[in-house]
Amino acid sequence: MQLKLKVWRQKNAKTNGEFQTYSVTASEHMSFLEMLDVLNEELISKKEDPIAFEHDCREGICGTCNLVIDGRPHGPMQGTTTCQLHMRSFKDGDTIVIEPWRAEAFPIIKDLVVDRSAFDRIIQSGGYISVNTGQAMDGNAIPVEKDLAIKAFDAATCIGCGACVAACPNGSAMLFTAAKVSHLGLLPQGKVEHTKRTRSMVDQMDKEGFGNCSNVGACEVECPKEISIENIARMNRSYVAAVFGSDE
Amino acid sequence: MTTLDAKIPKGTLEDKWVNYRSKMNLVAPNNKRRIEIIVVGTGLAGASAAATLGELGYKVKAFTFHDSPRRAHSIAAQGGINAAKNYQNDGDSIYRLFYDTIKGGDYRSREANVHRLAEASVSIIDQAVAQGVPFAREYGGLLANRSFGGVQVSRTFYARGQTGQQLLLGAYSSLSRQISTGSVTMYNRHEMVDLVKVDGKARGIIARNLLTGELERHAAHCVVLATGGYGNVFYLSTNAMGSNVTAAWKSVKRGALMANPCFTQIHPTCIPVSGDYQSKLTLMSESLRNDGRVWVPKKKEDSIAIREGKKTALDIKEEDRDYYLERRYPAFGNLVPRDVASRAAKVECDKGHGVSPTGLAVFLDFSSAIERYGKAEAYSMGISDSISAAKITELGKKVVEAKYGNLFQMYDKITGEDPYVFPMKIYPAVHYTMGGVWVDYNLETNVPGLFVLGEANFSDHGANRLGASALMQGLADGYFVIPYTIGQFLSNEIRTPSITTDSEAFAEAESSTRDKIKRLIDIKGNQSVESFHRRLGKIMWEYCGMSRNADGLKKGRSMIRALREEFYKDVFVPGTAEEFNPELEKAIRVADFLELGEVMMLDALNRNESCGGHFREEYATAEGEALRRDEEYAYVAAWEWDETEPILHKEDLTFENVELKTRSYK
Ligand SMILES: Cc1cc2nc3c(=O)[nH]c(=O)nc-3n(C[C@H](O)[C@H](O)[C@H](O)COP(=O)(O)OP(=O)(O)OC[C@H]3O[C@@H](n4cnc5c(N)ncnc54)[C@H](O)[C@@H]3O)c2cc1C
Ligand code: SF4
Ligand code: FES
Repeated sequence: MQLKLKVWRQKNAKTNGEFQTYSVTASEHMSFLEMLDVLNEELISKKEDPIAFEHDCREGICGTCNLVIDGRPHGPMQGTTTCQLHMRSFKDGDTIVIEPWRAEAFPIIKDLVVDRSAFDRIIQSGGYISVNTGQAMDGNAIPVEKDLAIKAFDAATCIGCGACVAACPNGSAMLFTAAKVSHLGLLPQGKVEHTKRTRSMVDQMDKEGFGNCSNVGACEVECPKEISIENIARMNRSYVAAVFGSDE
Repeated sequence: MTTLDAKIPKGTLEDKWVNYRSKMNLVAPNNKRRIEIIVVGTGLAGASAAATLGELGYKVKAFTFHDSPRRAHSIAAQGGINAAKNYQNDGDSIYRLFYDTIKGGDYRSREANVHRLAEASVSIIDQAVAQGVPFAREYGGLLANRSFGGVQVSRTFYARGQTGQQLLLGAYSSLSRQISTGSVTMYNRHEMVDLVKVDGKARGIIARNLLTGELERHAAHCVVLATGGYGNVFYLSTNAMGSNVTAAWKSVKRGALMANPCFTQIHPTCIPVSGDYQSKLTLMSESLRNDGRVWVPKKKEDSIAIREGKKTALDIKEEDRDYYLERRYPAFGNLVPRDVASRAAKVECDKGHGVSPTGLAVFLDFSSAIERYGKAEAYSMGISDSISAAKITELGKKVVEAKYGNLFQMYDKITGEDPYVFPMKIYPAVHYTMGGVWVDYNLETNVPGLFVLGEANFSDHGANRLGASALMQGLADGYFVIPYTIGQFLSNEIRTPSITTDSEAFAEAESSTRDKIKRLIDIKGNQSVESFHRRLGKIMWEYCGMSRNADGLKKGRSMIRALREEFYKDVFVPGTAEEFNPELEKAIRVADFLELGEVMMLDALNRNESCGGHFREEYATAEGEALRRDEEYAYVAAWEWDETEPILHKEDLTFENVELKTRSYK
């Protein structure tokens, strides 16, 4: 298949970027990133600067890949990361627009690569259970109701990719933060620090320059792990409780 | 050649670790605060080590080339983690886990290390649960288990198909907590490009800041590497794209030894290669072999018709299917260890029974499981008398979906084929490296003060790793071994003042690294880094893959040497060294793979026997099974790098507790 790509090129954080157009021949069995590999090989053979984009596991779990494809974070397929997208989702002759995540809190490093370290700092502000190595009791000493375990798990599947932020017109990180708060808060082990955790993570999120949530819901739609927006409601309830001093 | 001393403590197998630990030298809390430790790598092994050392009060600096510790390759582990909890009351014990691991490793690992690993396994689960790792649970709220290849008990803990992710997020959260308290300083997007030795001891690293290209000097009282495996030497593997050998290899070039590098694991259940553009291979978790049955058509004509798209698996009648694992290994059937399953697939495909267009694939079929589960569901719902076959299938699919849903979805996304209807097509792929940097019982290399953990070391899996044991080893090393054993070295360093980076050793390491990088950039040849990597991979797979022979290994070695020469004449690295430059990062890594590959060939050539993942065609029984030669080869081969002729050192393996037997899964 023959494709036209309009790709965001930007030398570094200080320069301005612009779209550049490339043609590439792909096969429908390729993954989207393999299609970009092919293009990069061509650029390198012409001694041009290859397009910088991030990826690692290429199987939808590490959260590294992050492209806005035709205006949608991770492209057209529901519940799919960029690296899992295959060219069979496109047609011969298509023009595809490829951009980086765009959010104030995720500055561009080069081309399609952005800095998502703000997410790490949100986790550092409280996204953990305070237990030192060796302090744990037997794993079966704390039974967890299966349904609760499933809910916590659903929230824990967040891969920290940042698509929710990129999808949000306000650049809010509520879905990411709420997923972690819910994962830990739903489990008996995580209950103890829940209130404090919620408060400090939300405060850190604000400090990092992420926008406010105005219930647009785009985050949930674009999240490759289909994290539910219910988590945001849950976090809001506990945040209010935290600020006004009573527990849930 | 020297004989290496593993420093295994005296005493009975069961008591060694506990006694050793109780008598070990300690570092007092006030001294810990002054002692600095560098941890390179923040996957399961590195993150758990850095967090725990931070909790103990050491000053830790942690490094990762990733943009966040949460992205380490550990995140991709699907199937599970073993622990001798015996929650299922099915006869498991620390001894049994120890024994299974020694046997699974084909008697090429150290008894004392493996027993310690089995002991630690129990605490890992407790620790992970306390951190909030959402392991699968039964309706009663207790932890669930499943079984994995090569064993007959159910001891694997899992978190859907994302066990690695959940365990890593657990370790990452502990690490994040230590970062927030200031006991760990985190350096993301920093790649270790050299090891610095001062007066013979490991005292620091040179790291390249990947955002700016700047070379930085970092000093500490000792250095811990947890930088993962080197499977990507094969180019195509199930490893993440960034996984590489550089940190380990640079250490080898500074005097550490590479142990058993030819012991690589080829995983039997991966999605087959589909084209030349292929960048990596995807694993389908081994847990699928619990319910999937492996087969190929008995008749070659059927295989050919399938390859040409004229028939599908569904057209092949039951009596025309060869469930070759069940046929050859009735006792373990589809659950034989990985090396056995992989080789058996190769044998069938080589005979012409393969089922994908390339002829390199076998079926993994869930229809029997779907039917079995469907019937069981119907029975428990009390509707088994009146139910139709279609309804049974529907109920069965639901059960299979609950167990393996995300794997099935992943398969569907990649291949565009629905595995609930058509059996999966799978083929073996490079997955894990049992070999690694040589370490003693303390996880310390022959370079004092240099420790290596996780997949990067060679220590616990012998010639073949059992499923769900890598996560266990990485976390055992990081949470429960290194925090103790590092004290053996550091307790002698309490009077050593903070190490400075202005010494001659640091200057030399920095300038030689700068020269090497400049050399790569200055070649300005015509071929991409990727193309060299791909060619290296082909050579490795062809001559040092699932089966090997002396002629091939010699040929492979000389091909690699030629390729290396060509690389330094004709590689093209765009851009400069002083900027964010992913192609340069790759070039540095591929340069190291081009040396490692040669040592792997040499190691495979030296080992005139077949054991575990290392199958030498010259050493097979009449039935085609591996022929081990314990008299001659019950040793660890540890290689010292030398451009012209790497040098072999040996550690003899002594077995005091298990009897060396021919592995049989029949
Ligand atoms: C697809 C897949 C599935 C698997 N499933 C299972 C399973 O179900 N059960 C199981 O037990 N095992 C499984 N394994 C194996 C297991 O995941 C790995 O062996 C294990 O996670 C390795 O952990 P590690 O901490 O040693 O290394 P890694 O997780 O690879 O971490 C390496 C770290 O080192 C850093 N690093 C490397 N080089 C440098 C450098 N030069 N400078 C700075 N930082 C560096 C990286 O950034 C990273 O942080 C699986 C492996 C694969 C590929
Ligand atoms: S919530 Fe979803 S979109 Fe946001 S970081 Fe997590 S996985 Fe990505
Ligand atoms: S590259 Fe890992 S999720 Fe896409």
